[in-house]
Amino acid sequence: MTLPEATAMVEAVDAEAGTTKSRTPLPRRVLGNRKFGDHILRLVAILVLLFMFSPIFVIVVFSFNKPMGKFNYTWQGFTLENWADPFKYPALAHALRRSLEVAAISTLIALVLGTLLAIALVRQRFRGSKGVESFLVLPLTAPDVVMGASLLTLFLDLGWATGFGTILIAHIAFQISFIAMTVRARVRGFDWTLEDASMDLGAGPARTFFKVTLPLIVPGIVAAGMLSFALSLDDFIITYFVSGSTVTYPLFVNAAVKAAVPPQIDVLATGILVISLILLAVGTLYRRKRVDV
Amino acid sequence: MAGVASSSRQRSKIAPYLMILPALAYLAVFFVVPFWSLFRTSLSTSGGSIYLPTLTFNWDFSNYAHAFTAYQDQIVRSVIYALIATAVSLVISYPLAYVIAFKSGRYKNLLLGLVILPFFVTFLVRTLAWKTILADDGVVVHLLGTVGLLPSEGRLLSTSWAVVGGLVYNSMTFMVLPLYVSLEKIDQRLVEASKDLYSSSARTFRKIILPLSLPGVIAGSMLVFIPAIGDFINADYLGSTQTTMIGNVIQKQFLVVKDYPGAAALSFVLMALILVGVLSYTRALGTEDLV
Repeated sequence: MTLPEATAMVEAVDAEAGTTKSRTPLPRRVLGNRKFGDHILRLVAILVLLFMFSPIFVIVVFSFNKPMGKFNYTWQGFTLENWADPFKYPALAHALRRSLEVAAISTLIALVLGTLLAIALVRQRFRGSKGVESFLVLPLTAPDVVMGASLLTLFLDLGWATGFGTILIAHIAFQISFIAMTVRARVRGFDWTLEDASMDLGAGPARTFFKVTLPLIVPGIVAAGMLSFALSLDDFIITYFVSGSTVTYPLFVNAAVKAAVPPQIDVLATGILVISLILLAVGTLYRRKRVDV
Repeated sequence: MAGVASSSRQRSKIAPYLMILPALAYLAVFFVVPFWSLFRTSLSTSGGSIYLPTLTFNWDFSNYAHAFTAYQDQIVRSVIYALIATAVSLVISYPLAYVIAFKSGRYKNLLLGLVILPFFVTFLVRTLAWKTILADDGVVVHLLGTVGLLPSEGRLLSTSWAVVGGLVYNSMTFMVLPLYVSLEKIDQRLVEASKDLYSSSARTFRKIILPLSLPGVIAGSMLVFIPAIGDFINADYLGSTQTTMIGNVIQKQFLVVKDYPGAAALSFVLMALILVGVLSYTRALGTEDLV
């Protein structure tokens, strides 16, 4: 079992789950001779996409704005100054670093806990597994305000000072369910008898784990890890309740709204967008290449 | 040999429990216990000063009565805003999901990517960008003013329109994706059969496509309704004191006023509203259209 084969199998599972299902083109007759209706539909879809994209457009454009006052809300003139000095405000740079630290640590811990849970749910039938599955949905459906508020009351009850540590605790709490569900969806339906096959062919448990099990589950774990990293980086509401005096990137932005919004906020937002797009493109190309091999 | 087999079976019996234990223990301590804490707080009486509030647990149900009477406006507003936002989001997301699922051809993956793209920009910064778009001297206000569609306030920012608009905007992806997934799963032969039997396009949509996409409609509506009813960012950034929602009150009572029991009680009111909303919604859709 090679890595490309394993990746292909995971893709196949995805396809079965209906996410990347390919379909034979429909005969012309079915798509209908309602050209006019189709055009209207497409037009509506484009308008809706424009609606979804207008803020992104504004953010990118306003990262080049030369604001007059404290707030970067109205267009004054083009400048490259903001881009020349994206970390002009040490507090903003510091907040971004804090966010990256929180996201990295919490994602790692949540990945270990969540993946173990997911694999147990997929591979083993045990008493209470249905209950565990239903329970896992709860943290995902509880509103953020209530999650934040409940954690804060716990920390108050325990007399814990809020700060970096409590932010980590909170992020891990909402990431576990998310990771467990994502990994479970990715590895479900996979043929685990391949492990037995590997053992039957003389591979030891360690070899089987590294050559068969790991390549199979790694793509799912990586995907879940990336998503929950993004989730942590973006979280404002829950963090707001349990942050104490620690300032993460979203908390900095929120404080800025009340005091002063420098264009560097838009510069960093655009920068993060571009970097994620590059990572995404590289990842897609890499995956495609591996499957082709 | 038999001994080995039975011992390995024994091990595999407790193995899953060992694997789920760390995560479940974590969630027990930092998800279940906090809710118990919140519940106790909602039935406590607060004393002391604002700097050092003290809580005494004494089944003080008056917090709930107070939450209902003092924040009636916010409760009603949250429900209405969230319902409107969910409905609008559904109506404008459906055509987009439909086009991606059936009419996009080789652009399907590109379009799906575009739907997810806004996620790569922090949600606070995106909401903030709407302040620029909806500004009083901005293009949108001018345009609406020219065609006479501006709301009676004469502006967009700081109105309910802006808050609901922001809620819709922030929810779009959560509506489009489940809709797309359920539309994509529809067996096209059913659509063909319907055409073969001389059903009109509208009738095919009503009788085949819409009912089969209901799981996506339900999932999307919940993913939109639940965050929307508890949201406070949109009301905070795009609204005014006349547009505050439950989330604003919970946040303020907790972090500024430090009226912990009142805010805790309101949190449970919020969850009760969500539960009622979700149950009545699934019941209505489940019995009317699926049968």
